[in-house]
Amino acid sequence: LRAEDKVTVHFVNRDGEKITVQGNTGDSLLDVVIDKNLDFDGFGACEGTLACSTCHLIFEKDVYKQLGPITDEEMDMLDLAYGLTDTSRLGCQICLSKSLDGMTVKVPESVSDVRQSVDVGTTTS
Amino acid sequence: MNETKDCFWKRILKIYGNTRIVSVCSLGYLGTRSVASTAAHQPKVCIVGSGPAGFYTAQHLLKNHQSLQVDIYEKLPVPFGLVRFGVAPDHPEVKNVINTFTQTAHHERCSFYGNVTVGSDITVDLLKRAYHAVILSYGAEGNRSLGIPGEGLPGVYSAKDFVGWYNGLPENKSLEPDLSSETAVILGQGNVALDVARILLSPVELLKKTDITESSLEAIAASKIQRVLIVGRRGPLQVACTIKELREMIKLPGSKPQLDPADFEGLKDVIEDLPRPRKRLSELLLKAAMEKPVGKEAERQAAASRCWGFKFLRSPVEILAKANGARAVGIRLAVNRLEGSGDSARVTPTEGREDVNCGLIINSIGYQSLPIDPAVPFDYKQAVIPNTMGRVNQAPGLYCSGWVKRGPTGVIATTMNDSFDTARSVLQDLESGQLDTTSAKPGYVFVKAVLEQQGVSPVSFTGWEKIDAAEIMKGKEAGKPREKLLDVAEMLKLARA
Ligand SMILES: Cc1cc2nc3c(=O)[nH]c(=O)nc-3n(C[C@H](O)[C@H](O)[C@H](O)COP(=O)(O)OP(=O)(O)OC[C@H]3O[C@@H](n4cnc5c(N)ncnc54)[C@H](O)[C@@H]3O)c2cc1C
Ligand SMILES: NC(=O)c1ccc[n+]([C@@H]2O[C@H](COP(=O)([O-])OP(=O)(O)OC[C@H]3O[C@@H](n4cnc5c(N)ncnc54)[C@H](OP(=O)(O)O)[C@@H]3O)[C@@H](O)[C@H]2O)c1
Repeated sequence: LRAEDKVTVHFVNRDGEKITVQGNTGDSLLDVVIDKNLDFDGFGACEGTLACSTCHLIFEKDVYKQLGPITDEEMDMLDLAYGLTDTSRLGCQICLSKSLDGMTVKVPESVSDVRQSVDVGTTTS
Repeated sequence: MNETKDCFWKRILKIYGNTRIVSVCSLGYLGTRSVASTAAHQPKVCIVGSGPAGFYTAQHLLKNHQSLQVDIYEKLPVPFGLVRFGVAPDHPEVKNVINTFTQTAHHERCSFYGNVTVGSDITVDLLKRAYHAVILSYGAEGNRSLGIPGEGLPGVYSAKDFVGWYNGLPENKSLEPDLSSETAVILGQGNVALDVARILLSPVELLKKTDITESSLEAIAASKIQRVLIVGRRGPLQVACTIKELREMIKLPGSKPQLDPADFEGLKDVIEDLPRPRKRLSELLLKAAMEKPVGKEAERQAAASRCWGFKFLRSPVEILAKANGARAVGIRLAVNRLEGSGDSARVTPTEGREDVNCGLIINSIGYQSLPIDPAVPFDYKQAVIPNTMGRVNQAPGLYCSGWVKRGPTGVIATTMNDSFDTARSVLQDLESGQLDTTSAKPGYVFVKAVLEQQGVSPVSFTGWEKIDAAEIMKGKEAGKPREKLLDVAEMLKLARA
């Protein structure tokens, strides 16, 4: 592939570290994470089949606007994502294009649901 | 326990009880830590249960620790828990997680031992002698009961058994549910209820391309069920299912939704202010109930021969039996009044009653975890192992993850996150010294000896892969992804071939 087919993406992982990689145009962000062996725990559990929300990513506002339409099916899965924001999308549904070059995407913290922070079973005897 | 067994335990405990590295080495065990360390030995951890909780906990531990060994014990000869025996056959994409689990099982510091029931083949106390930490991830093997008269009548099944039947769980292979009546009632409005409804109503042409068992496919092909009523004790804004599954129901080929617009009156304004997931779900439901279908969808619905509907604000009070008491022919429901609003709304029953004629009743009000060993604390009221961030309360060295830790709700991703949390607690305790690794533990060598004495021989992951290959081959002949084996003895034979 020629250099002009490469797109630079900056990922910010759950620890706030920035990881910069290059992906090929046409690849999805999930493909990039897998190809580059990026170590985001539990990312892409259903392998890009729109059956989970583990490849949830948060985009910058202006980048988000460029991402193209979102299907009902993707919205349905996003509804189950942890830490959903107004600029959230599923990485498996976003394909790289030259216009996205240099974007920064954030891997949301895996804040598990509220029930977990409550100690289970300590209140009853 | 008889005399010889007693002697045997004493011998084993003498060897391993003090966990002196010398005595263990003399039995062929070699510490694998290359770093000369007198303080800490290779941490050995075992996990009970090989569902998503077991595998995700193992994954996180292996990834974040350089020397720790993880052994996974599973009751059945086959791994993956509800991913194999729960997830609906028409949702194969959900089962892709199996690929990651398989990678974990192939990790050089991970071993799988199937066909080992913890609590009966080996106790948790013995596991604690063999390992520095024991993580309980054995899910929820029971179901909540309705607690109403007639619950045990033929024609009434738990969703757990019904799902187990169509998914090939060995213990449910002979369920033979009676599908000869026209109407089925499902109690509960969660995703399991929708799975069951979909399997009952789906065209056989679609089901036969899935890994649904051959025998249940035959029974469903001969089914007379035309109408499925999904009954909830609360209102339309409290349904427990998620939007993807509801959308699938609404679009289900050959079936049409039958929703009473009266149930949805006045909800439009309320919906606006709900959080996004509940808002979108309610909008979809409202649309299906209130808007007349047009165009292609109207044609589709007109041609549909089957239907399904939600019934709201109804609690089961009694199963109605045939005059001779031989089987269920209906259900009596109490009419409820909703109090409060939103997710926390509650109901109180009124004097009102409604009888529904139906020959099939499926109780889908939830799974339930059960205690497996008296040595493990258990909260009977909440049906979970009492814990703090996965550390079992008042039981050092014991941890838990998944449904047995949180209760029987949450999708695989929820289970993944809570399993990572538990793994983090284990790693922290190793780091802080709270989990004492100053003495070596024998791990599987010890367990193996115990199991041999019990006449139990475990199935390795390679053994499972033989079963897997045979199932896939058998499925191929029938044009399906796999044909599951239903018989444990047959599984064991194949695994050992
Ligand atoms: C019918 C159904 C359908 C579902 N569909 C989906 C879906 O489509 N998508 C989704 O994201 N989530 C789905 N879920 C939820 C998902 O299955 C759970 O979140 C997840 O399986 C819980 O994982 P677990 O490991 O805690 O329990 P389980 O998956 O139940 O695993 C527990 C394991 O422990 C073993 N075990 C039990 N007792 C012992 C013992 N004494 N000794 C040794 N081993 C033992 C069991 O055999 C089992 O393999 C579904 C759940 C159900 C019930
Ligand atoms: N496709 C998928 O992603 C999928 C498929 C299957 C299962 N799952 C997940 O697996 C988990 C378990 O599913 P589930 O359907 O078993 O449980 P669930 O989602 O908790 O639903 C249980 C249903 O039973 C009702 N109920 C509980 N106790 C009752 C009682 N005493 N009387 C009458 N009704 C009662 C609940 O109503 P109340 O709300 O009033 O309590 C609710 O409607 C869920 O988290 C689910 O999302 C996911």
